[in-house]
Amino acid sequence: MTGARTPLVEMRNISIAFGGIHAVEDVSVDLYAGEVVALVGHNGAGKSTLIKILSGAYQRDSGTIFVNGEEAQISNPRDAKKYGIETIYQTLALAENVDAAANLFLGRELMTPWGTLDDVAMESETRKVMGRLNPRFQRFKEPVSNLSGGQRQTVAIARAIYFNARILIMDEPTAALGPQETAQVAELVRQLKSEGIGIFLISHDIHDVFDLADRVVVMKNGQVVGTAATKDVTEDEVLGMIILGKCPPGAVAGPGALQVAA
Amino acid sequence: MADVTSSAPSQGVSTTGGSLPVRFLRATELDTRMLGMLAALALIWLGFHIASGGLFLTPRNLWNLSVQSASVAIMSTGMVLVIVTRNIDLSVGSLLGFVGMIMGVTQAEILPDWLGFGHPAIWILTLALGIVLGAAIGGLHGYIIAYMGVPSFIVTLGGLLVWRGAAWWVTSGRTVAPLDTTFRLMGGGPYGAIGAFWSWVAGVAGCIALVLLLAQARRQRRKFHFPLRPLWAETFLAAVGCMLILGAVAVANSYPWPAGIVRNYAEANNITIPEGGLFIAHGIAIPVLIAVGVGIVMTFLANRTRFGRYVFAIGGNPEAAVLAGINTRWIVMKVFILMGILTAVAGAISSARLNAATNAMGTLDELLVIAAAVIGGTSLAGGVGTVAGAMIGAVLMQSLATGMILLGVDTPLQNIVVGIVLVIAVWLDTVYRRRVK
Repeated sequence: MTGARTPLVEMRNISIAFGGIHAVEDVSVDLYAGEVVALVGHNGAGKSTLIKILSGAYQRDSGTIFVNGEEAQISNPRDAKKYGIETIYQTLALAENVDAAANLFLGRELMTPWGTLDDVAMESETRKVMGRLNPRFQRFKEPVSNLSGGQRQTVAIARAIYFNARILIMDEPTAALGPQETAQVAELVRQLKSEGIGIFLISHDIHDVFDLADRVVVMKNGQVVGTAATKDVTEDEVLGMIILGKCPPGAVAGPGALQVAA
Repeated sequence: MADVTSSAPSQGVSTTGGSLPVRFLRATELDTRMLGMLAALALIWLGFHIASGGLFLTPRNLWNLSVQSASVAIMSTGMVLVIVTRNIDLSVGSLLGFVGMIMGVTQAEILPDWLGFGHPAIWILTLALGIVLGAAIGGLHGYIIAYMGVPSFIVTLGGLLVWRGAAWWVTSGRTVAPLDTTFRLMGGGPYGAIGAFWSWVAGVAGCIALVLLLAQARRQRRKFHFPLRPLWAETFLAAVGCMLILGAVAVANSYPWPAGIVRNYAEANNITIPEGGLFIAHGIAIPVLIAVGVGIVMTFLANRTRFGRYVFAIGGNPEAAVLAGINTRWIVMKVFILMGILTAVAGAISSARLNAATNAMGTLDELLVIAAAVIGGTSLAGGVGTVAGAMIGAVLMQSLATGMILLGVDTPLQNIVVGIVLVIAVWLDTVYRRRVK
């Protein structure tokens, strides 16, 4: 399906260690435009760490990142954003004491010609983007700490999509949400996908993964067990990859796959 | 949405409901917490006025109160930002002493040798040196805290000891006096005030600025079709603001020079004193003018610039600030540089007021400054605080001290009262915040 197209992002042979522990070891993944790739695995499998390398929060020890086929220099979150990589962190990474607009534009504030913050313009833009995601949201003047879990999630999502992301990383985007809001996020993922945005989705929910993702990458102990198109494997097979590291026939085995003799 | 004339829809409550005070607060968008503080201040003033038999609310006492508050108020504006970033600065009192000593020696013993005694440039060179020194020391603290990862409590506790010792070292404990006559104007006193005419000019300028600010905010909101305050609320805010400003000027202008100073002044300028004495008003004191200027600049920095936005974001969630691409270390270091600069300015005012630099100057000021910031609504957990609140907090603390002196309360008892008030104020604030949530 991917053919000869250039991947939007390719992370090649990425490794990072913290105090001698290999959190991510020789991992290669890629992502094409308009594609959703799910990263799954146990807690501590290295998914979030891998993603934080792409978003600039961590510095990799070795390996290369390509964006649109060209090598990308990503050494901090600002760099990543320059390449159109936006991240919705599991913790949401919101400054709780300021309002939605301040969070949405954090680090990329709109300024007046006199070099001061243009709060009114920022609030106006925030109203537009939030109106698209959650038309009933009205609490623009309140600190984010006063908002509900779902509303905060919406702010985090709004921040990621407002700046015309080409690559979106969603780390457990539905963990804090109720069923209705989860459905909304799923709808949003499909919409963004249709706009040609590539999405890395980290999720614990295997149903979500099969519902939304085109491909699934399974990680275990910092290594890739295998990669498969979701239509080629069953949920049970993916669970087998997560738990046992056993690579089914429908998947391409990675370095972390269980080596079965013969 | 755009037709609604109140800003309340964010609360999801109807804009017309509620009792009269509630509707009033909503329409004017006044900060209830700040109003509470002003009410507490008014209560304290009235209480002391009655208890002292009418000595507190006099132009003379209020004028002195404003001058005495200036130094701590200036430092408290910086302390707000320090605490907002989840840090603390225990060294400001000692730093004030050290920078004050250096400035004292510079203007009284070094510069006169080069430029001649009483040279008009002495005060500005001295002040510039003090500010550079304050910035450098603040920067050093900030660097150790932000880049080397030593907790600010420890770094500035060390600073408290180091700079107090250094202040002694400058002259081996000798007091430096007298100071340069121009420099001394920063400390207030009859000559260190701008007089009646310029006070009115400053007051009217303040009023015009206030009205322009309100108009500009309204224009911005209309441009983006945001809900506007009702016109009566805007008018009310402008009227009350102007009344407060002009009222303060009127008070400053009704405090006359003492007779002796008037006589000297009259003799020097060949004025014959008319029957019944010559009335020359102090006007606004220069240190107060400096403090107000610092307050405006710091409020602007905190609310209207990227730097201020990042300071608050770091206080709210340091990790989120890093992930948003903010250079949090550099911001924290800048906050401490700013604190050092403000301490130097406060040191200039304190020493100018004393007309001497002593190595004990500013002892325990760090606690007054922190208390002022905290009473002013700065949360020690970080992320919350206002410059204006801290300055009101400084005035409140000074009011307590002044009032108790007027009443003849013993010094140990004064400290006991101030300590209790601090704890009660923070407790009330905690209760208030819990209820608002």
